Amino acid sequence: MGGLLNLVLKRLGLGLITLLVVSILIFFAVELLPGDTAEQILGQGATEETVAALREQLGLNRPWYVRYLDWLSGAVVGDFGVSALSGEPVMDVIGGRFVNTLFLAAYAAVLAVPLAITLGVIVALLRNTVFDRVANVLTLTSISSPEFFLGYILILFLAVKNPFFPAIASLSDGMSLGELLNRTFLPALTLVLVVTAHMMRMTRAAIINLLASPYIEMARLKGVSPWRVIVRHALPNAWAPIINVVALNLAYLITGVVLVEVVFVYPGIGQALVDAVAKRNFPVVQAASLIFAATFILLNLAADVGAILTNPRLRHPK
Amino acid sequence: MSAKFLEKDILLEIEDLQIQGYSEETWIDIIKGVNLTLHRGEVLGLIGESGAGKSTIGAAAMGYARDGTRISGGRIEFDGIELTTATESDKRSLRGSRIAYVAQSAAASFNPAHKIIDQHTEAPVQYRIQKRLEAQEDAMKLYEQLRLPNPNEIGFRYPHQVSGGQLQRAMTAMAMSCRPDLIIFDEPTTALDVTTQIEVLAAIRDIVDQYNTAAIYITHDLAVVAQMADTIKVLLKGEEVEQASTVEMLENPQEDYTKSLWAVRSFKRPQKARPKDGTEPIISVKNIDAAYTGGVKVLDDVSFDIYPGMTVAVVGESGSGKSTTARCITGLLPPMAGEIQFKGDTLPPKYTDRSKDQLRQAQMIYQMADTALNPKVQINEIIGRPAQFYSGLKGTALKQRVDELLDLIELEPSKYYYRYPPELSGGQKQRIGIARALAAEPEFIICDEVTSALDQLVAEGILKLLDRLQRDLGLAYMFITHDLATVRSIADEVVVMQNGKVVEQGPKDKMFTPPHHPYTDLLLSSVPEMDPNWLTTLLEERGVDNIGEKADV
Repeated sequence: MGGLLNLVLKRLGLGLITLLVVSILIFFAVELLPGDTAEQILGQGATEETVAALREQLGLNRPWYVRYLDWLSGAVVGDFGVSALSGEPVMDVIGGRFVNTLFLAAYAAVLAVPLAITLGVIVALLRNTVFDRVANVLTLTSISSPEFFLGYILILFLAVKNPFFPAIASLSDGMSLGELLNRTFLPALTLVLVVTAHMMRMTRAAIINLLASPYIEMARLKGVSPWRVIVRHALPNAWAPIINVVALNLAYLITGVVLVEVVFVYPGIGQALVDAVAKRNFPVVQAASLIFAATFILLNLAADVGAILTNPRLRHPK
Repeated sequence: MSAKFLEKDILLEIEDLQIQGYSEETWIDIIKGVNLTLHRGEVLGLIGESGAGKSTIGAAAMGYARDGTRISGGRIEFDGIELTTATESDKRSLRGSRIAYVAQSAAASFNPAHKIIDQHTEAPVQYRIQKRLEAQEDAMKLYEQLRLPNPNEIGFRYPHQVSGGQLQRAMTAMAMSCRPDLIIFDEPTTALDVTTQIEVLAAIRDIVDQYNTAAIYITHDLAVVAQMADTIKVLLKGEEVEQASTVEMLENPQEDYTKSLWAVRSFKRPQKARPKDGTEPIISVKNIDAAYTGGVKVLDDVSFDIYPGMTVAVVGESGSGKSTTARCITGLLPPMAGEIQFKGDTLPPKYTDRSKDQLRQAQMIYQMADTALNPKVQINEIIGRPAQFYSGLKGTALKQRVDELLDLIELEPSKYYYRYPPELSGGQKQRIGIARALAAEPEFIICDEVTSALDQLVAEGILKLLDRLQRDLGLAYMFITHDLATVRSIADEVVVMQNGKVVEQGPKDKMFTPPHHPYTDLLLSSVPEMDPNWLTTLLEERGVDNIGEKADV
């Protein structure tokens, strides 16, 4: 197992380097935007002198590398500076929202991943039957529809016509978990519909891909039932590609949910990012981008490790 | 039918079996009316070239049609149950319990995700014949009977932790788990070394005998089937050629096709001696050591010379370092110590440091022509590219050269110029591989097991072609093989390798006459012979406990 730990550490190191490169890209992408925080804070009526004075005060007139290192050393300990608009620390602005986004993503993932994999196994078993085709068409339809459209459709049918769930996912302090789950059910369901198809189809493909293997034929010739052939003989060897797709979709659930948050007025980080870009709140933009990048890298790392852990050749060396 | 088996003991009866395969949007016949009768305890050898339908018939005996095939006619009656009309679940309940299957490649046929013993116990537990722990104990007992090392422990390993010969025995044990009435052995030893093969053959024969299990033994190797079968049936392109008891079939084959199969091993060319006029060897391997990245040493002080126009056969079990030596010569794997000389000049160890002229001298022909040729590239490009790269040919000169090369390998240029590899047969693909090596105009070619994936008749054609090319073009061959029959027919000199070392080398006639190095002796005596008593005699000579020791390395 020492080899495995080594491997994980190596990947983690590579992930950190990637994150560093991304941090440089983010920093400079934001630098390239016209105007700076000083101009934004003071508005259009400001004189040259006041802007210069504020720059001096905010440290914006220092060379870029000093500012980058300053920002990076803060970011490492979770200090992304202060919001250019409210003057609050950036973490106070987006920290809670990020937790909200994680909650919504986890909610959707807990529903979607088991559903997708179960469906994938079932359609692999019933491949080329009516059930397979119907499941394919339905999931493809849901993946092909824009999220906001799906969101509004769900609101129409499950909130307006049949008021089962609230249409707006507003949160307040001290809500019970049940209340929370009820409030956020519709956005979570929207996300489930969006990500299920991808994972289900990959599960199906990965399993069917293995069905031509000699060991599958061997299992069949041992009299193993078709259901058991799939679940016990094919699935354990299909995890690597499935885990990769699951990780990609989880990353999407965290970083790609802006539209869903807007539709359901959900206080997530995606909405915060859009607001910040519109208002040139650069520290917030940088912080949110870096958090997204870290999420992506971590999930991919988890997928790699997961794929390794499911490979008996690596788990049990000779 | 020998008198040993009685009419009332018929276990399996196949009548006028017809099977079709789906190809290019139509169903074509692949088995065209085969009959087969098998009694309890009888071992029937099914023999024929690839494509003869042996495995298809084997699967059909379990009522199983592989994906893309269907049983389109005839009857298959197993112990009173008609399999062609039985429901899927009825057939399934026979499989594993009453009819079991042993596949060609145990390494590919064991599920990599589960321990061997868990796969073993799956069938008995599923059929409620034994509880899991009982089944495990029984598995250990079978492992012991099949002479697997550490029978109480080996089952708890994963398939990749066990060697090929051991896996093949474990698979035979798995087939025995429910004590079936019939086992289908589908080329169970084809992928194994000769020394390991003996082990497995002896183990299979013993256990089949002991439990009076009937078996269908599928193989393309006559000498193997002669050891195993009571009766032999010869197949050709989905049709039966003839059937007789083993002794009769070997001594007195009736049909021309059977006779041609029997005669295949007769090709021989005269042995050449080293030139005595002081000619330098074309390739000289001098004291090389090699290892793969981070691994243990796989070559240890390997030295041999290859003289112009001669064939040097390098033999040994898999893992003995034959192919690694070839990789060192071509520069794909730079040796850790020692050097490779070409006509007295030292070659740079890495192929990237070699000049074009040095590169052209070391051409390879590979074992699997299927994977060594790009399926999406036309023949003219496959052969033309090295001609272009090494000789700078273009336009009509290039086309002429490709035509010339196709002529050399006896393929009609106008017919094959624009074809793709998948449209060719195995033997034709191997010929294209030869033409590709020739295109560089080398003086020395490495042939890595070039005939081991081919049927005997086709392989003989390839050997004859290589021989003719050698005479016409003065080529030297390094011929890597584990098949000693091939060595007998074409080699001038033999190098025997074991565990990365050269244990013995010399002219062929000397190497094939005693006294031998003990390892050479083991290799030589392990090659199956047509005599049906060969295995029995050999086992008596070696003693049961000693046969496998070498094989488990």
